[in-house]
Amino acid sequence: MSEQAISQSNATTPMVEMRGVNKWYGDFHVLRDINLSVKRGERIVICGPSGSGKSTMIRCINHLEEHQQGEIEVAGLALTQDVKRIEEIRRHVGMVFQHFNLFPHLTVLENCCLAQMWVQKKPRREAERMAMQYLERVKIAEQARKYPGQLSGGQQQRVAIARSLCMHPEVMLFDEPTSALDPEMIKEVLDVMVELAEEGMTMLCVTHEMGFAKTVADRVIFMDQGQIIEENAPEPFFNNPQSERTQLFLSQILGH
Amino acid sequence: MIHNRTVIEARPAPTHTIGPVAWLRANLFSGPINTILSLAAIYLLVSLLVPTIQWAFIDADWVGTSRDDCSREGACWVFINARIGQFIYGLYPRHEIWRVNVTFGLFAVLIAWLAIPRLPLKRWVAVATLVVFPFVAFALLYGGRFGLPVVETHRWGGLMLTLVLAVVGMVAALPIGTLLALGRRSKMPIVKSFSVIFIEFWRGVPLITVLFMASVMLPLFLPTGMNVDRLVRALIGITLFQSAYMAEVIRGGLQAIPRGQEEAAAALGMGYWKRMGLIVLPQALKMMIPGIVNTFISLFKDTTLVMIIGLFDLLGIVQAALSDSRWLGFSVEGYAFAALVFWIFCFSMSRYSQYLERKLHTGHKR
Repeated sequence: MSEQAISQSNATTPMVEMRGVNKWYGDFHVLRDINLSVKRGERIVICGPSGSGKSTMIRCINHLEEHQQGEIEVAGLALTQDVKRIEEIRRHVGMVFQHFNLFPHLTVLENCCLAQMWVQKKPRREAERMAMQYLERVKIAEQARKYPGQLSGGQQQRVAIARSLCMHPEVMLFDEPTSALDPEMIKEVLDVMVELAEEGMTMLCVTHEMGFAKTVADRVIFMDQGQIIEENAPEPFFNNPQSERTQLFLSQILGH
Repeated sequence: MIHNRTVIEARPAPTHTIGPVAWLRANLFSGPINTILSLAAIYLLVSLLVPTIQWAFIDADWVGTSRDDCSREGACWVFINARIGQFIYGLYPRHEIWRVNVTFGLFAVLIAWLAIPRLPLKRWVAVATLVVFPFVAFALLYGGRFGLPVVETHRWGGLMLTLVLAVVGMVAALPIGTLLALGRRSKMPIVKSFSVIFIEFWRGVPLITVLFMASVMLPLFLPTGMNVDRLVRALIGITLFQSAYMAEVIRGGLQAIPRGQEEAAAALGMGYWKRMGLIVLPQALKMMIPGIVNTFISLFKDTTLVMIIGLFDLLGIVQAALSDSRWLGFSVEGYAFAALVFWIFCFSMSRYSQYLERKLHTGHKR
């Protein structure tokens, strides 16, 4: 089956499916019975106190972390131990990190081209065209020849988003994309993410930006101590949280 | 209230705060103790340097053919002059020396090409140096191909042998060391324990022992009739020994690269070798340069140990020449010459590494 045929046949199957996922770091139970189904085009915001397993959960989706129990499916592909399968799944999944993780020895343009050329085997010219297109979209095309170290945090994070988009992922994972940024740079990154959400990208965002959650999320998930405590549409989630822990968390981060 | 203020003309700085006199006063004679120490140091320097220069240059004999030409007080460089051919080429047949010259000329051109940033086609030259050149060099030096007469390795010697040992050791130890370093960080238990055992074994034995084993014990284990060339045995010993050191230098560099780099590469769908080759190693290399060059320098000097298994490298052949009855008593000149040659090579490597570090660190520091 061609790749297109696969994605068509999966139009109704969930983009990401987690069933009974458990994970331990030694004796520490990080993820407890996670069940989560993300539809194609759905935008999900995951919040919760630090150490609640939010990042770990989304990092399991592209196997940056290994889960010990349960099943994960991405775009209909079951995540197994097989390296080929893991790499196949990673081709469907884009990821943006808290600390950007741009490659400091390469220019912005090379950062965006490298995986296109080595993973997708595109010729350099085509990869560069694609890269410039996405750098344009995150409004940073004029910095293409600079090295990451010469850019501000906000600019670097936008480059990281463009780098990920160049691979045409079907779902994007954001792991606290604005937590390492100075306050005045948060907005430029959020703007790009809002735009992406409006274009229909499937997104899972771990973030504390509740404004972002209110504007774009279809669903907000609250996690604590490795469990999903509550999930709901943003409006009821913020106005009428059910669990005590959610209420406490929301009062802490919205309270001031 | 308004004050009347006049502008003071600029004046030259007082002579006692700038200029060489002030510098001397500030740095060498700033107090009684410093003055005494400075004077003692100057006295020592002068009393060492003056006789050395007197001996090595002013009173030295430079031209001649035999020891009778060394009539003066100082060094007898005639000895080096007369033996220079042997010091450089060992016992390589005189009329085949061009082959050695071509080989090392070629090598110098390739290395210069790689070292000078402005020249193009770096990737192809690197491939040529690492893949094609070893075969060309072997064909030229050993012969037996293209109508070149065979020159057995026991006739190789002097600087030429030193360079063969050092270059082969460096070129082979770097990739093997890289694989060992990656192996030691691997999650696969067999690969990991093999790497750890290999590295710790070779780091734990002295090179002299390795060379002795290679030359004395290895033939005992080989089937009768099978004979591995003595030079090849030494080369294998040196390479394995240096690979273990190289592996630890490289592992140190790898550990300095944040985990996020590999994760980002993995998230983009890159497999292990691409993550290592394109993301982690290029960044680690920058940090490893001082360590790698340090290992290279010590390897270059360690090649002199092959003397004990009967190979005559530069130092070995100088020593052999010293026992020639026609030239007895010139050991100082011989050792000074050997030391100078080694120093030139090692110092050049050190300078180039410093230049490389500066160059690679501009602009894209995080």
